[in-house]
Amino acid sequence: MIPIFQSIGAAAALPEIILAILAMVLLLEGVFSTRVTTGAIRWAAVVGFVVVAALIVWKTGVGRVYAFDGGFVVDDFARFMKVLALLGAAVTLIMSGRYLTRVNMDMKEYPVLIMLATVGMLLMISANDLISLYVGLELQSLALYVVAAINRDSAKSSEAGLKYFVLGALSSGMLLYGASLVYGLTGHTQFVEIAKALALTGSNLGIIFGIVFIIAGLAFKVSAVPFHMWTPDVYEGAPTPVTAFFAAAPKIAAIALFTRVMVGPFVNITHDWQQIVVVISIASMALGAFAAIGQSNIKRLLAYSSIANMGFALVGLAAGTIEGVQGVAVYMLIYLVTTLGVFASVLAMCRKGAYVENISDLAGLGKTNKGLAFMLAMQMFSLAGIPPLAGFFGKLFVFLAAVKASLWALAVLGVIASVVGAYYYLRIIKIMYFDEPAPAFDRMDGEVKWVVYASGLFVLLFGLFAQPLLSAALTAAASLF
Amino acid sequence: MQNWPLLSVVTFLPLAGAAFILLARGEDEKASRYAKWAALWTTLITFLVSLLILKNFVSGQAGYQLVEDHPWLGSIAGYRMGVDGISMPFVILTTFLMPICIAASWFIKTRVREYMMAFLVLETLMVGVFCATDIVLFYVFFEAGLIPMFLIIGIWGGPRRVYASFKFFLYTLLGSVLMLLAIIAMYWHAGTTDIAMLSKAGAFPPAMQTWLWLAFFASFAVKMPMWPVHTWLPDAHVEAPTAGSVILAAILLKMGGYGFIRFSLPMFPDASHNFQPLVYTLSVVAIIYTSLVALMQEDMKKLIAYSSVAHMGFVTMGIFSFTRQGIDGALFQMISHGLVSGALFLCVGVVYDRMHTREIKAYGGLVNRMPLYAAIFMLFTMANVGLPGTSGFVGEFLSLLGTFQNNTWVAFFATTGVILSACYALWLYRRVVLGAMEKSSLAHIVDITPRELACLAPLVVLTVFFGIYPSPLLDVFGAPVEGILTLLAVK
Repeated sequence: MIPIFQSIGAAAALPEIILAILAMVLLLEGVFSTRVTTGAIRWAAVVGFVVVAALIVWKTGVGRVYAFDGGFVVDDFARFMKVLALLGAAVTLIMSGRYLTRVNMDMKEYPVLIMLATVGMLLMISANDLISLYVGLELQSLALYVVAAINRDSAKSSEAGLKYFVLGALSSGMLLYGASLVYGLTGHTQFVEIAKALALTGSNLGIIFGIVFIIAGLAFKVSAVPFHMWTPDVYEGAPTPVTAFFAAAPKIAAIALFTRVMVGPFVNITHDWQQIVVVISIASMALGAFAAIGQSNIKRLLAYSSIANMGFALVGLAAGTIEGVQGVAVYMLIYLVTTLGVFASVLAMCRKGAYVENISDLAGLGKTNKGLAFMLAMQMFSLAGIPPLAGFFGKLFVFLAAVKASLWALAVLGVIASVVGAYYYLRIIKIMYFDEPAPAFDRMDGEVKWVVYASGLFVLLFGLFAQPLLSAALTAAASLF
Repeated sequence: MQNWPLLSVVTFLPLAGAAFILLARGEDEKASRYAKWAALWTTLITFLVSLLILKNFVSGQAGYQLVEDHPWLGSIAGYRMGVDGISMPFVILTTFLMPICIAASWFIKTRVREYMMAFLVLETLMVGVFCATDIVLFYVFFEAGLIPMFLIIGIWGGPRRVYASFKFFLYTLLGSVLMLLAIIAMYWHAGTTDIAMLSKAGAFPPAMQTWLWLAFFASFAVKMPMWPVHTWLPDAHVEAPTAGSVILAAILLKMGGYGFIRFSLPMFPDASHNFQPLVYTLSVVAIIYTSLVALMQEDMKKLIAYSSVAHMGFVTMGIFSFTRQGIDGALFQMISHGLVSGALFLCVGVVYDRMHTREIKAYGGLVNRMPLYAAIFMLFTMANVGLPGTSGFVGEFLSLLGTFQNNTWVAFFATTGVILSACYALWLYRRVVLGAMEKSSLAHIVDITPRELACLAPLVVLTVFFGIYPSPLLDVFGAPVEGILTLLAVK
């Protein structure tokens, strides 16, 4: 068995293999052993994520390593994004525990499904072939469909799961169609080969058709306009920890995959796909900014916020350069930490044991819970892109790339959208600090508190220790070119 | 002593004070008292340390002094600090006004700790704006100031504070984000973010300068504020607490003019020449129109706010006259306006604290019961009008003199503003202070307390001192202004 293992170069995929096996073991444990508590499974999964992240950083070799005949690649970009995705998954699991017990939803399947989805994400990030791309994407998506509907007794949660499934299946179909067109016209499924073939022949109408369909499928996964419709409903309907997970890890994987597909196989025909990405980026930023203004449910508001954020990340991708990919990597890092912190704050919105989700419930938080209010306010200023908070640097780097690529319309509309978006972030601060207090929330759970503060401090102090992270992002970006 | 990072110390000392207040624990009553004293001492010590800048500063030298340069974000931004003759006075002005602001807010009731922390953080950011010699670092300080100011207006402001704070924040943010894009474009073109490197002759081609100039103009014109984007200022002023108004008028408004002198003129000389008519027009409109508007105000703070817009019109006009006198006058006017408008807002605060209204109609005949107050208010009213012998005269006169040299008509129309300012300021004074005391509600009003006097006295001294003997300031401006004029002349 070992020689086979070596011959397909599976060592590079060892982290994914370990995680998949662990998920299955934990599933069996959960089914057959009555002694193992849900909490134990959840923590085992967290430990698994941490160990795998450590493996990815230190044990997957250096430079670019292939596995499975080139269908799977581990490079610095993959390492960077995988660590982010694992961080997102681990933290959402850590902070979801108390919530799940409190609403009687603490099922053993939950951490297992999260793990399987995470394996799918790692595959997506490392996909170097249209087939492994699709396999990773579906592994992630199928697990996510189930997780969205995990609160079986709630009509909203079931609706969220169903909506996500139907629309997700549709988008997977579009993606497959696009992939088959690209395969048909180039004769290859591997990214490197497609790039070579396109370098020789250039683009043609069929290829562009294929790219459009692939982008449509990927845009659905990153919830970019016009494929965003599912996002607000799913965010609102799914249980809050699940929403936090949706907003964090899968977005990392999807953006990573999006980036790899665009600057990998289609690197030589950048001008053909650039305008598509520009348009969906502008549309996402604008819709995210304007549609969020009228929201009263904080999860719905965060859904629109994440649509806008994906728009900003795509600004970097639209440039299609090293700077652009660096911008994407920096932006996603900051987006991830911010999202985790904000959702931890939402998980702290618990009054007498019942969770509340309206923005007005935050009223006067600046008086009733100073620490939480301050951290959430900093997150909001950061999302609005005000220096010296982290969000500013994220935007700075994507716009650096856009300006260098002379995408002026994108840059100008982008910053204007960020001003519009600032309005609703400010509104949350206004409710917390300027309004009369509503009844106080319960004491924060230890894990939630930890995440709120860690993420808040990261956002607050990012400017001080940014340099190593920025150069890591640059190394990651450079490995794609 | 020489190796001390003096500017960083002055910049971040208030932040340390804020952190100290944050970490200090105790029951609310006690904690608020400690917070006040901690804030007062922090600002006083910061002021004393900032005097070391004055001591180590060599006047008459072009280029930055007390320079600090550390790598920060690779090539996109360095931690570069330094002061020259243009920025040094503003640094001192900021550190000088902060203890006064803290003392003026001594009896604030709600959320004292947060209030003091917000002001200390704001001080760090304002000093940072004037010390930064890296354009991205400048932007970080420049924008970050929005956060504490938004909270100060929104939490401690008047009845329409929410509206005012949002308007303030979004207006200034919209202006600034375009500047950010311009900064990025400049970085890609020149490969550096060092302000000194960017202010070299021929750094940017003329066609590019036009766009960059417009983007910077969007930001500075809002900050200034210039007509017609001034409308956020009266709202923000009226709703802000007294100390907030002082900071807003005295320092935050100066960032716009400082920006024009630091960036627009030396970096985009061709565009500056091309846009001179635009700035002249807007300045003259601002001077005449907002003076007329000020005449009709019924709220004292609003009146002073409109008069600030008019005075800032003189500043932009002076800056874009591209003459030694004009730019000197604009800089002088900014410092003087910092002292005078700050003092006027403090004067309004004095009666507001007693009567809880700023309606001009609610007052009258204050001189009968508040003679000392009447005298101080008189002095600052005269300084606001630009009476010779006060600092207000020097700035206005020099900027008019500079403008007269290259456009007589602009100077002519702007001079009408001097007359109009006398109209609204003296009329305000007459209605509030002079006359018989007819309102029964005012029967028991008391004259200014020692605390209020301590706040106002240093401003009185400086206003008169610079009015009589302006050359210490003008000497400091000299060398860097000459440098800018050389860049403007090269074209």
